[in-house]
Amino acid sequence: MPAEHQPVLEALGVSKQFAGVKALDEVTFSLRAGEVHALVGENGAGKSTLIKVLTGVYQPDAGALRYRGAPAVFHRPTQAQQAGISTIYQEVNLVPLMSVAANVFLGREPRNRLGLVDTARLTAMATELLADYGIDEDVRRPLGELAVGAQQMVALARAVSTDAQVVIMDEPTSSLEPREVQTLFGVIDTLQRKGIAIVYVSHRMDELYLTCDRVTVLRDGRLVHTGPLAELPRIELVSMMLGREVGDIRAHGATGFAAEHGRNFAGHEREPLLRAENLVSGRRLAGVSVDVRPGEVVGLAGLLGSGRSETVRAILGDLPLDGGTITVAGNVVPSGSVPAAMRAGISMLAEDRKADGIIPNLSVRENIVLAALPRLSRFGLVSRARQDRIVRTFMDRLRIKAAGPDQKVGELSGGNQQKVLLARWLCAQPKLLLLDEPTRGIDVGAKAEVQALIDELAAEGLAVLLVSSDMEELIDGADRLVVLRDGVAVGELAGDQVTEDNVLAAIASVDEGSR
Amino acid sequence: MTSSTKSRESTVDVTAPPRRSTASRQLFATVLQRQGAAIVLVLMVAVAWLSFPNFGTVDNLRDLLLQSSFLAIIALGMTFVIITGGIDLSVGSVYALGGVLAAYGSQWGLVGALLLPLVACGLIGLVNGVLVARTGMAPFIVTLATLLFARGLLLAISHEGATTYKIAPDAAFLVLGRGTLLGVGYPVYIAAALFVVGGVVLRRTAFGNSVFATGGAENSALLMGLPVVRTKITVYTLSGALAGFAGALTAAYLESGVTVIGVGTELDAISVVVIGGTLLTGGAGSILGTVVGVLLRDVIQNIINQVGSLDSNYQAVVSGGFLLAVVVVQRSLAGNRVRRGRPRLREHS
Amino acid sequence: MAGVTVATRLTVDRARVAAWSQDYGVYAAVGVLLVFNVAFTANFLSVANFRTQLVEAAPVCIVALGMALVIGTEGVDLSVGAVMALSAALVPLYLGYDTMTAVVVALAAGLACGLFNGFLVAYLGIQPIVATLALLVGGRGLALVIAHGQLVQLYNPTFLSLGTGDLLGIPISVLVAAVLAVAAGLLVQRTTFGRRIVAIGGNRAASRLAGLPVRRVLVGVYAICGVLAGVAGVLATARLSASDPANVGLLMELSAITAVVVGGTPLTGGRIRVLGTVMGALLMQLVRATLIKHNLPDSTAQMVQAAIIVAAVYAARERSSR
Repeated sequence: MPAEHQPVLEALGVSKQFAGVKALDEVTFSLRAGEVHALVGENGAGKSTLIKVLTGVYQPDAGALRYRGAPAVFHRPTQAQQAGISTIYQEVNLVPLMSVAANVFLGREPRNRLGLVDTARLTAMATELLADYGIDEDVRRPLGELAVGAQQMVALARAVSTDAQVVIMDEPTSSLEPREVQTLFGVIDTLQRKGIAIVYVSHRMDELYLTCDRVTVLRDGRLVHTGPLAELPRIELVSMMLGREVGDIRAHGATGFAAEHGRNFAGHEREPLLRAENLVSGRRLAGVSVDVRPGEVVGLAGLLGSGRSETVRAILGDLPLDGGTITVAGNVVPSGSVPAAMRAGISMLAEDRKADGIIPNLSVRENIVLAALPRLSRFGLVSRARQDRIVRTFMDRLRIKAAGPDQKVGELSGGNQQKVLLARWLCAQPKLLLLDEPTRGIDVGAKAEVQALIDELAAEGLAVLLVSSDMEELIDGADRLVVLRDGVAVGELAGDQVTEDNVLAAIASVDEGSR
Repeated sequence: MTSSTKSRESTVDVTAPPRRSTASRQLFATVLQRQGAAIVLVLMVAVAWLSFPNFGTVDNLRDLLLQSSFLAIIALGMTFVIITGGIDLSVGSVYALGGVLAAYGSQWGLVGALLLPLVACGLIGLVNGVLVARTGMAPFIVTLATLLFARGLLLAISHEGATTYKIAPDAAFLVLGRGTLLGVGYPVYIAAALFVVGGVVLRRTAFGNSVFATGGAENSALLMGLPVVRTKITVYTLSGALAGFAGALTAAYLESGVTVIGVGTELDAISVVVIGGTLLTGGAGSILGTVVGVLLRDVIQNIINQVGSLDSNYQAVVSGGFLLAVVVVQRSLAGNRVRRGRPRLREHS
Repeated sequence: MAGVTVATRLTVDRARVAAWSQDYGVYAAVGVLLVFNVAFTANFLSVANFRTQLVEAAPVCIVALGMALVIGTEGVDLSVGAVMALSAALVPLYLGYDTMTAVVVALAAGLACGLFNGFLVAYLGIQPIVATLALLVGGRGLALVIAHGQLVQLYNPTFLSLGTGDLLGIPISVLVAAVLAVAAGLLVQRTTFGRRIVAIGGNRAASRLAGLPVRRVLVGVYAICGVLAGVAGVLATARLSASDPANVGLLMELSAITAVVVGGTPLTGGRIRVLGTVMGALLMQLVRATLIKHNLPDSTAQMVQAAIIVAAVYAARERSSR
């Protein structure tokens, strides 16, 4: 193998398991010197776990690492760093209150003859270094005062200045302005010429095809594909990421939705219950519009970062809006206020049930009634009787498996926790139900039950907006699909058009002139 | 939005950053927070100079500086602790303990008078540091308990407060507290020297950078491989040792180990550090700010004394008021900074 | 194979023991101390002694109840001692009218302080330690200014009876503490407000997304804590038959927080054990009494107490991260 194709960092047959879930299953990954290697995959694919194994945050359960031709073991991230593997994360892991220069050289400050930090040299070195990264700010300013993109650049400069041989970039452009993205590409060019290898983790197709030489696709913890990127058509890349074969149609419905659900929706002439028009929020939403009629299930499709979760959060009032209006049943709902949205009849099942959903130390009962407390109390006193009735009803209807309504929710399985949360939102008697990944991380049986429930609710007249990364779920469950990309709706599919091929094509949609 | 990244040669639209309109307001707020105390100090001094003929006299100023120096030394240690995001509520008791130990140890000469308080109080600080850094217990609880412990220890050594150890009138140790140079007491010079050293350590050493990083973003500091645990243990040990040393100096000044001092001194120390511009939430601060805070406090005390009819307890009220104002300003600044940051991205694999 | 199962069972048991000790350790500790004292302390088993212990424990218990609510929201209130001093300072000024007025004013001052703290935390988003520091620093000074730095002897018999008198054979302060404890328990278990406190402490983001009025609830808990500190201040002053703002409530925040934490209410919030808090207050009192009754000098008593506090808080800290 020619010298420039020698692998500089390799993971060989690496496996990693957490609490019975295989995050990585015998993954082999090989990074060559001087290449830019894209690492792609959806949620739960194992990208972040692989990176953590490569950088010493985790130790693999099986398999081995090789670095610069020799076996390598990293027990701590600092070991990997010192060996020359640097990472820049999505979140800028620097110290915002300290100066830019200090951040760049933290832990490796230049000293003068007295052994003290040589501030003059520190400032000069930092200024010189950062000029290559397009930063001409005063390096003595606190890092936090810079735009986030500039902060990312400083993180990159720091990572590279530690004589790194490998730089791992995790979603590096997610907060960059277009001008900063150009600078980043220029920096990547320079690094490549120096022979530094780069792992580029991103979901932005355009950027990947512009900068990366090879690509590795992970799905469900396994290696799906690795090879040169230029020859791979986008639609193939997308389908590998999502696990769908182009042109492959599932023979039998494996979801809990009634088959052909999408084609049976008869309420097309009804007035939309929800009218979200032109929602704009920072850089996450660039003008999303979506309607939902009573009894209709509208799905939001798209890749990671396309703005699906942000859309539903904005509708609930959890995301401040810079522009756009939300109307429910003809009345404008003030944005940015969760109580206002709930009063208008909107409820949302959040994406992250651990962080935003369950209150683990409280009982099933308490979690269910949380959003409806005022209704179930008398003069501020909790009415046990009323609560019991409601809780029983929901536990039965949703088949929540628990030792009893008083069991702590934290002890339940993921599927049952999700059902408890669903019960909570249904208890609030919503007109519009927003579901963000309702069946993520729950067992197959519970998945089917939840999906069947969504069907029932829609049949009863509830308007549902469904966000899901599960293609099958979206296809089977939705009457209509809105495809999002980079914060804008790029397509809408209804009725017979709701097929996997069409969705994939819409997601991978490209303008003329680029592949 | 991403279409502009499609081709590298395409011209990119560079929009002016929206924050330009609030930049001047931000600047004003930052100046207010950083130099606010200094401005108020200058104003107070001016007011006092003009209003009270006694204020500007050399005697009064000398006295003011001398009285400030003891609290200043304690506040120096507290500055380091607060910058790491912690707090040390035990310094008042440790200060008093240092005084008693110095007086007791003076029977063995200068060495005994200094070594005993430094070692003992440093040890107490070490215990604080280890408990905070290793067990993750909240600093305010740990140091509240140490406050109690140190006071108990002080009582034990002084026979339940009955004994006030006196320092022999010819002891060399007394010079540290009572000696003067150019009419200004030695403690002032000692405090000044300590502050200079402290300032250099904080701003010009790797340790100082560690202190800021630990308080500013502990997770990032850990990821960067900085010795966070060691840093925390060191600052608490330093705080204890400095408080003990201040106590020793006070004993030298008072010529005895007074047992009833130091009650509430920790709050004074915290106040002057925060008023001087150090963030209670950690990650930012300055030694100079603490100096200003100490001087401001003592100028106000002096003014209150000059007025004569004002209750000296107003000191604490004014401190509390300033503290409140500073904390609110600090919070609004932090809020602005956070708002300009990016929205929290969820962890995706 | 058997070795593996034994090992797993051992680790499971250790976790369960840890959880049990956090929840119920305080009862065990109180029990141990009671037994110890009955065996080794002269005159412990007398009615007079029980009365004394309960009366001494009452103020800590009352403050700890308010503190438990605040800690339940993952907050803390360091100003409770200063608030006690403020109420103590105000009492003599209004005793001239009548006892009722004086008490009402003292409680109103506590309420005002609590609302102030709550506003800082809930609406300005200031960290609770930082927010309550202002009153901690300035509150006692304010109290001393109001009282002109003086300790004032009080002679009003109605007022003094609050501290020394009985109602239905029970000392009034103990009765007040008991009533408040029951009320707190009912509040936490049975009212919408109480359940909201626990939910907010358990997962603030989830509570917000469920439409709970988070800020209003936060202001409410700090307000209650302030009022209860006021009550404790009044009772302590009545018992002392003097208004002593310089010393009343000194280090009360330490005692109250410790009582709450050893009673099984975690500092991370989300669970409030009212009965545990009461037991915690009793435990603190018993520790102090045991040390004193065995003629341990103040110095040793304080050092032992400090060590016990550290050990207790260390033992009671949440093991699993959230």
